[in-house]
Formats: sequence, C-alpha cells, structure tokens
Amino acid sequence: MKTFKIGGVHPEENKLASNSAIEVLPIPQKVCIPITQHLGAPSTLVVEKGGIVKVGQLLAKADAFICANVHSSVSGKILKIDTVTDTSGYRKTSIFIDVEGDEWEESIDKSQNIVKEIKLSKEEIIAKIKDMGIVGLGGATFPTHVKLMVPQGKKADVLIINGVECEPYLTSDHRVMLEKAEEMLVGVSILMKGLGVEKAMIGIENNKTDAISHLHNIASGFKGIEVHALKVKYPQGAEKQLIKALIHREVPAGKLPIEVGCVVSNAGTAFAVYEAIQKNKPLFERVVTVTGKSVKKPSNFMVRMGVTVNELIEKAGGLPEDTGKVISGGPMMGKSLNSLEVPVVKGTSGILIMTQKESKRVEIQNCIRCGKCITVCPMGLEPYLLAQVAENANFETAENERVMDCIECGSCHYTCPSGRPLLDYLRVGKNKVGQIIRNRANN
Amino acid sequence: MNQVLIYSIIALGSIGAVSAIILYFVAQKFKVIEDPKIDEVADKLPGANCGGCGFAGCRNFAEAIVKAGNMDNLNCPVGGNSLIKEVAPILGIVAVEKDPQIAVVRCSGSKANAPQKAEYDSASTCVFAHSLFAGESGCPHGCLGLGDCVVSCKFDAIYIDEITGLPVVSNEKCVACGACVKACPRTIIEIRNKNKKDRRIFVSCINQEKGAVAKKNCEVACIGCGKCVKVCSFEAIILKNNLAYIDYTKCTLCRKCVEECPTHAINELNFPPRKPKAEKTESVIAE
Repeated sequence: MKTFKIGGVHPEENKLASNSAIEVLPIPQKVCIPITQHLGAPSTLVVEKGGIVKVGQLLAKADAFICANVHSSVSGKILKIDTVTDTSGYRKTSIFIDVEGDEWEESIDKSQNIVKEIKLSKEEIIAKIKDMGIVGLGGATFPTHVKLMVPQGKKADVLIINGVECEPYLTSDHRVMLEKAEEMLVGVSILMKGLGVEKAMIGIENNKTDAISHLHNIASGFKGIEVHALKVKYPQGAEKQLIKALIHREVPAGKLPIEVGCVVSNAGTAFAVYEAIQKNKPLFERVVTVTGKSVKKPSNFMVRMGVTVNELIEKAGGLPEDTGKVISGGPMMGKSLNSLEVPVVKGTSGILIMTQKESKRVEIQNCIRCGKCITVCPMGLEPYLLAQVAENANFETAENERVMDCIECGSCHYTCPSGRPLLDYLRVGKNKVGQIIRNRANN
Repeated sequence: MNQVLIYSIIALGSIGAVSAIILYFVAQKFKVIEDPKIDEVADKLPGANCGGCGFAGCRNFAEAIVKAGNMDNLNCPVGGNSLIKEVAPILGIVAVEKDPQIAVVRCSGSKANAPQKAEYDSASTCVFAHSLFAGESGCPHGCLGLGDCVVSCKFDAIYIDEITGLPVVSNEKCVACGACVKACPRTIIEIRNKNKKDRRIFVSCINQEKGAVAKKNCEVACIGCGKCVKVCSFEAIILKNNLAYIDYTKCTLCRKCVEECPTHAINELNFPPRKPKAEKTESVIAE
C-alpha cells in the first residue's frame, strides 16, 4: 500500500465520531464572525453597526492578493463591530449579529439535487471561488483561488485531494466523503477544470474503508478521478508526505507543491467548491467534529460560522466534569483553548475534549540521545539537536540544520521517552529564524 | 680553526642582516597606523568586555570613541559618568554628564492583580509563550513572568519575584545596558532616568486595549481615562491608544498623577510614605 518512506508515528486513532451522521444544528440566536478567518492579509469590512444582513451576504472583502471574502452565516441585525478572543487569546475584529429568522440571499440555490454539469470556464471558476470566500478547510485556511492560480513558468499536471484525516479523533472529512460523495466529486472536477489538469487522485487512509469503497464506486462515473488507499500512519495528511506517497515526487525545501506540478486540496474544500460553483452558496458553514473520550455524544455537526465553541459542546452533551483541556483541532497539532467563548471559524475542523488524566504533561527529563525523534521525523530532521540549539538561542546553527523545513507535526514530541518539549522549542527556533530571514531580505 | 670561526660569523651574520632588512621593509609595508589615542582610551575602560556598550569588546568601543571624537551616542554603562570625565581630556572635549538610567518594568500584572485564567504548561520562555497565546491572565500586553529578561542580564540585576510573578530590577546592580529590553518579546521593560535617590514615576502598563477590556484582565490596568494628563502641571504625560505615558525628561516627581489614577496604574518607587492629611478641626467661634 502506498505510504511515505521516512518517519511517522502511530497514535491511537480514537475515531469515536466516525459513525455519527452529520447533524445540522438549529439556527443560533447570535453569532460572532471574525473578519479574518484565513491565512494572509486581513479582509476589509464592508458593513457597519445596525446593518441588516441576509445569509450569504458579503461582510468583509478581500483587498490583497492572498486574502479571502467573509460572508454572513445568518440573517439578522449587526449588533456591533468589536473584538473577540480567538483561539490564541489575542483579540480579533469581529461582527456580532443578532439573528432574526433564516433569510438567504436570493442568488443561492437551496435545492438538494446534484448538479453535475460544469458551465463555467477556467477563469470564471477561479473568480467565483474567490467571490464565494473558499479557503482550505483542512485547517490551514489558505485561499483556494490563489492555489489555483499557477505562477508563470510553472505547470500543474495532477490535482491531489486530501481525504486522509490522519489526526486522531477528527472525522469531519470522513463523514463528508460518505454522505456527500457525489457532490464532493463534482467539486473535484470543478477544481480540476480550474487548475487545468486532466487527472485527480484522492488519498484516503485505510482506516476509512467504507469511504474508500464508496468513493471508488461513485468515481467510476467521473473522468480522470482515481481513489487511492494509503497506509495508516501519521502524518500522512501532511502535504509533502501525501505528494510523496501518491506520486513519488519530493517538494524541494522552502518551495510549494506547484514546483513539482501538483496542487493539494482538502476533501471538505472540494465539497465547499461544489456548493459555491453549482449552488452559488458562499462558505458560511462547515462540518465540525465534537469528540473526546468523556464526551456523552461524539458528533459531527454542520455548524454556521460564528457559533461559539460553548454552544457546540452543549449540543454534544455538555462539558464533562473532569475536563482537562479543550482543543481546537486534533490532539497532535491542535490548539488548546483558554476560553470557550471563541467562535467557530473556517479553520475549525474539530473540538476535542481531553480528560484531566489525558491532558497531564509528562515530567521533563534529560535527553538520553536515543535517536527516536530522528527515526520518526517525516522530514528527515534531527529534532533533539534543533530543540537544543533553539533553547540555547543558537539560531545560526538552527537555520543551517534546516529548522525551517519542520512541518510542526509533533511526531518527535509524541515519541520522546524523556518527555522533552521538542515541538515547543522547534517552534521557538522556527519563529526566530523566520524573523532573521525576513530581516535579511528587507535589508 | 680561526678560519672556520670567521667564515661562520660572516655566513650567519649576513643571513641575519639580510633577514633584518627584509623584515624591516615588510614591517613598514604592512604597518597598521593606529591612533595612539585608542590605547589611551582603552586604558581608561573597565576592561570587562561585557558588551553593554553594544560593541564587541572594550578595545572595539575605544576605537569607536576615537573615531567619533566624542561620546555623544556611545555609552559605557559600567563606567558611567566617571568614565566620561576621564576620557574627555584625551579626546580634547568637554565632558557632558549623562543622567544615570535604570531598567524599568512597566507592568504590575502580578498574580494577585491579573488572576490566572488558563494554565500554561510548555517551554519556559517568554518568547515562545508570547507567540503562542495572550498569557495566563488574558492580557496580551502583560508580563508573562517566564524570565527571558533574567536570563539575558549579565550583571545579575534582575530576578522574578516568587509571589508577584513579576521581574524586579536591582537599584544598585542595574547598569542600563538594555539587554533585558531586547530580550522581552512584549517591550515591557524601558530604560528610564534614575533620578536622585533612585526615585522614579512611571505608568506601569503598556496595554493599548479599550479601558473596559483591559480592566477585565487586570485590576491595575491603564484604562486611558486621561485624568493624569489633566492633573499634570508640567505637561509630562501623553495619552495615546488608550494608554498614558510619562515623559521622564519632563517629570518633576511631584506625584500628583499617582494619587489621581483611579486604577493605581501609575507606580512610584523609592519615595517616603505620604503623610496623612491633617484632620480639619471644627472652628469654634467664641461668642
């Protein structure tokens, strides 16, 4: 079975919510929508306090190149434009809306029938994806229309769809692939046309055999789409590892996948592209998994953007007594929340509730030079060395030893028998070296 | 025997002489002409090579001084004003004394004032914590208390107080070299004038959020109300971005702003305690 050759770990899968069908949540009473929910430049506000909005109405415009539009997920009156704490505790400008009814923009097609015919041209597809505010739903939230714009001198020959979902606990992509398979595949065809390629490969980890066989059957009705099973190994879902496993090409250090002729997009994003192009529906809701060993009802909810994490947890049975941490994302790369009043944004793939026992950090001891971290690093780096030089502020060595190639997957940190905070120091190193490189470029 | 002796003397003597001539010309060609003043100035410097001046060592600093011809922007924190007095005659200029300065920590978000709302359990360095999240108290400008400033100080002049969780600067040991200022990822520490008897007044907050938001996270935050600006008769305080700032060159240490501040955000250090206001006695009108 296909897999990536270097490194990787096997954390417990704990896919507790994989059999829970997507549940559409009732309309919330109020929402708080941050105006920047993507990687890149912040968006510009186009509405003001007191304004009446409809579902799907534009709230913030993309003014820079790497930027995305933000649309309203509800209909109602704008209560205020204020700041709200995001997942890191820092405050971001957001639009607070008091919800009234559920009135959608007239242009949106609410019907459920699947539209297979793609009427738009390549350029029109890219423009419409930009208009509808589609960003990568895998978690990185990179604006999709920018990904499809191949730079001069480069050419793409294959589109890769990431249905891997290698993070333990998360199941939103799994459910989308099972329940919205045909729509997703139309979305893949649209992306293929937008990118200008004839071939698409969907990579799915082998712990989702039902999704693999289901998609395989439906893909036979589509031209150029192949479904591939991948060996279950973390971080198979990482871009570079996925490309290596599927098409055996290695993305050069510091460069993007387009360098080797491909573009990677998440399965959930493909579904969002279908809804955007065929149904004129902007991105204002997404599937979020709420899970954890102590959660009463591990579920996959279709959530409107702007609903607070607190409300989601209530719908999944309430916050358990012995909760230690609440994580936005998965256990390997997710972010621990310090407030439950943060809103769900485009990048929220799941909410994981960890018990006190699970959240306890191991006691930190000395490095015993066992080399396990080197064995598991999927990028072929030496985490023990990089962490040590970053801790000692020796950033010149950190740069020479390729700390910037680290994808922050956490495999080294997970494996270390001495419980050393490797990922933490790697992040310090990447942060500082990144600054040094930017200063060098500016001078 | 005599012949051997004479021949050996002539042979070795001529080799020596030729070498001496070659060496002389080479020495002349590759001679480095150095201003003799550099040696004189270097002599007066402390010789600790601490880097507090920002140069690679005392010799390097001496070269910079002689090249500039003055010590206007060159400061040796260890030598201080006595050094300036000694170096001035060598350069042939008049000594201009600099006001003694000290590092000031502009945050009072102690464990009591800014209660912990989340628990941080990761790498014990402020740089990392700052890039990860706003802080345990929720204030995105507040001190994280993990001690990057302590590690950076070469003069052992700063330590983290166990009870408050905030850094404390030693009046005697701090030489205002600026290492802690650079080490703090939130630019909480500032070099300010030391004044007589080590007294100083400063706004102990750099939070630029709206007053209500700032106060939610910390009891003694500056809420940008502007009362201090109004009460200062020396126009030493400016209010910008919901934050007050005291200009230490204009401040006369009168302490009026300290009393006026409703959140006690302005700190005064090393002042004697205030005398309580005299009770007003009722006047008895003699009939």
